[in-house]
Amino acid sequence: MNRESVQAGCKELATRIRRHALMMTHRARSSHVGTSLSMADILAVLYGRILRVDPANPRWPDRDRFILSKGHGAAAVYAALAELGFFSVNELDTFYQNGSALAGHITHNGVAGVEASTGSLGHGLAIGCGMALAGKRDARDYRVFVMLSDGECDEGSIWEAALFAPHHCLDNLVVIVDYNKIQSLDRVESTLALEPFAQKWRAFGWSVSEIDGHNVQEIEATLCAIPFDKTLPNCIIAHTIKGKGVSFMEDKVLWHYRAPSAEDLSRALKELEDLA
Amino acid sequence: MRTAFIRALVELAESDERINLVVGDLGYKVVEPFSERFPQRFVNAGVAEQDMTGIAAGMALCGKVVFTYSISNFPTLRCLEQIRNDVCHHHADVKVVSVGGGLGYGALGMTHHATEDIAVMRALPSITVVAPGDPVEAELATRAVVEQPGPAYLRLGKSGEPRVHGSSLSFRLGQAICVREGADITLISTGVMLWNAIQAAERLAREGIQARVLSMHTVKPLDDDAVLAAARETAAIATIEEHSVIGGLGSAVAEVLAESSELRVPFKRLGIPSTVSALIGSQEYLENAYSLSVDGILNSLRSSLWPKLTHKVYVSAAGASIGLQP
Repeated sequence: MNRESVQAGCKELATRIRRHALMMTHRARSSHVGTSLSMADILAVLYGRILRVDPANPRWPDRDRFILSKGHGAAAVYAALAELGFFSVNELDTFYQNGSALAGHITHNGVAGVEASTGSLGHGLAIGCGMALAGKRDARDYRVFVMLSDGECDEGSIWEAALFAPHHCLDNLVVIVDYNKIQSLDRVESTLALEPFAQKWRAFGWSVSEIDGHNVQEIEATLCAIPFDKTLPNCIIAHTIKGKGVSFMEDKVLWHYRAPSAEDLSRALKELEDLA
Repeated sequence: MRTAFIRALVELAESDERINLVVGDLGYKVVEPFSERFPQRFVNAGVAEQDMTGIAAGMALCGKVVFTYSISNFPTLRCLEQIRNDVCHHHADVKVVSVGGGLGYGALGMTHHATEDIAVMRALPSITVVAPGDPVEAELATRAVVEQPGPAYLRLGKSGEPRVHGSSLSFRLGQAICVREGADITLISTGVMLWNAIQAAERLAREGIQARVLSMHTVKPLDDDAVLAAARETAAIATIEEHSVIGGLGSAVAEVLAESSELRVPFKRLGIPSTVSALIGSQEYLENAYSLSVDGILNSLRSSLWPKLTHKVYVSAAGASIGLQP
C-alpha cells in the first residue's frame, strides 16, 4: 500500500468513527460528542496502523494495550473497535441503552477489545504503568497506549503515575493527550492552566512530542517513532480541536455536553460527507 | 502479624511466580525478606497510594497476583476509588494489605487510626474482607487470599499480637473459627480483638457464664450460619471489634440477625463510637478508653446486655454476674 492510500484509509476510518459517534450520541441523547470528534483521527491511526491487536483473539497475551483514560470518549472507541471487527457495527446502536454492554463511559465487561473500564478521570495512566511494568518484567514486547484528556491532567493521580513511569524506564508506555483546550465548564486555560504543558512532562522525565492531532501523516510518523528515547516513557501532546470535523461544534464548550438533535445530526453528517 | 504475613508471602512466592508486592513507601524492617529475595517482583510505588493501586490493577490484568501494602488508612481510604473501579470492577487479582488496622498506631493520632476501613471495604463489590485474629490466622489468611482469585482486603494488626491458635488450625475464608465453646452467650470478634474476647470469656467462666467465642476473621462474606447458630443456641450475642460500631462486624452481624424472621436474641455491638477522636495513646490505652479492654468488655456486657436477657443473671454484692439461669 502506498503512502497516499494509507493516509486515505486512516482518514476514511476517522470519518466513519465520527459518523458513528454523532449517530450514537444523537440516538442516546448523550453528552461528549465533542471529545469523541477531537480524538477520532488519532484513534483511526492507532487502530488502523499502529496497535498490534487481533479482533479474532482479543485476549492475545502479546497484544498492544490501549486504555482510554478519558472514559467519556467511549463512543469513538466503541466505533473504532466495531469498525475493526471486535464486534458488530450494529451493536453500536445499543450505546447508552438499557441493558447494553456499551456504557456511556468505556467499559470492558462484555465488550471485546476494551482493556480497562474508566470514567472517573485520572485512573488510566496508573493502570497503564502497571501493564507496562508487567510487560518489561515478563520480557514481552507489547506496548501500552494511554489516552488522556487535558482536563484530566488536573487530577493529582496523573502526576503520581507521571513520576512512576520514567523512574521505571517504561519506554513501552505511550501517553497521548487529546489537548483540545476545552474541559467541562470552560476552556482549560481559564480553569486550571496546564501550560507550559510539554515542559511539565519533560521535567517529569518523559520524552515529549507535540503534534497536530488531526494530521494523520504526522500522527502516524510520530507513533511509528516510538520509543522516542530508549529508557524514557513517551508523551505525545496532540493539539486537537474539540468537535473537529463539524463546523458548528468546533472549539465550543457547548458540545462537551449537548447531544446533537436530529437537525444537528443531519447537518453534521452532511458536512462529513462533503469533506470526504 | 505483619511478620507472619511477610513470611507467608515469601513462602508462597517461592512456588508461585505470579506473586508481586507493591508498597507505598512503608514497611521498613518488614518487607525486606520479600524485596531482597524477589527484587524483580517488588515495587516501591512511593508515597502515592492511588498510583500504587492502579499499578497493581494493571499488573494483575496482565496475569499477576499483586499485594499492595501500607499502613492504617493509606492503602484503603486514600485510594478508595482505585480499589472500587480498577480492582473490584475488573475483578483484578489484587490483595490490599493494611498493617495497624484499628488502633495499632494509636499514639500517632487520628490520621493513623484505621477505624472505618472494614465498613468501607465491605461495601465494595466482589472483595473479600479479612481481619485475622492472631499471627496464625494472618499467615493462613495470606495463603487463602492467594488461592482465591480476585480482590481481597487483608486487615492486619501491627506486631506483638498474642498467638491464640496452634499450628494445625483449619482456616477457610468465610468460615468463623469457634475458639471456645459455650452455651450462655456468644462473643464474636474480628481482628486483634480476638485475644480480649477470649480473656473476657475466661473471666465470665469464672463467674459461671459460659461464652462461645467466634473468631470472625472474614467479615465479607460473613459466616451467616455461625451467627444464626449462635442466635439459636446461646442467649445473647455481642460483637467486639477495634473499629467504628457503624458498618463493621457489628453491623454485618446485625444485618443477619435483623433479616432472620424467627430469631430474636439480645444483641450488643462493642466497638469505637462514631465520634471525632481527639484521643491518642497506646493501643492498650485506647482500648481502655473505648471500653474494649477485657474489663471494658465485661462492663459493657453487664450494663447493656444482661438487662435484656430473659434469662436471670445472678449478680453478686460486688456487682459481678455470678451465673445465668433460665
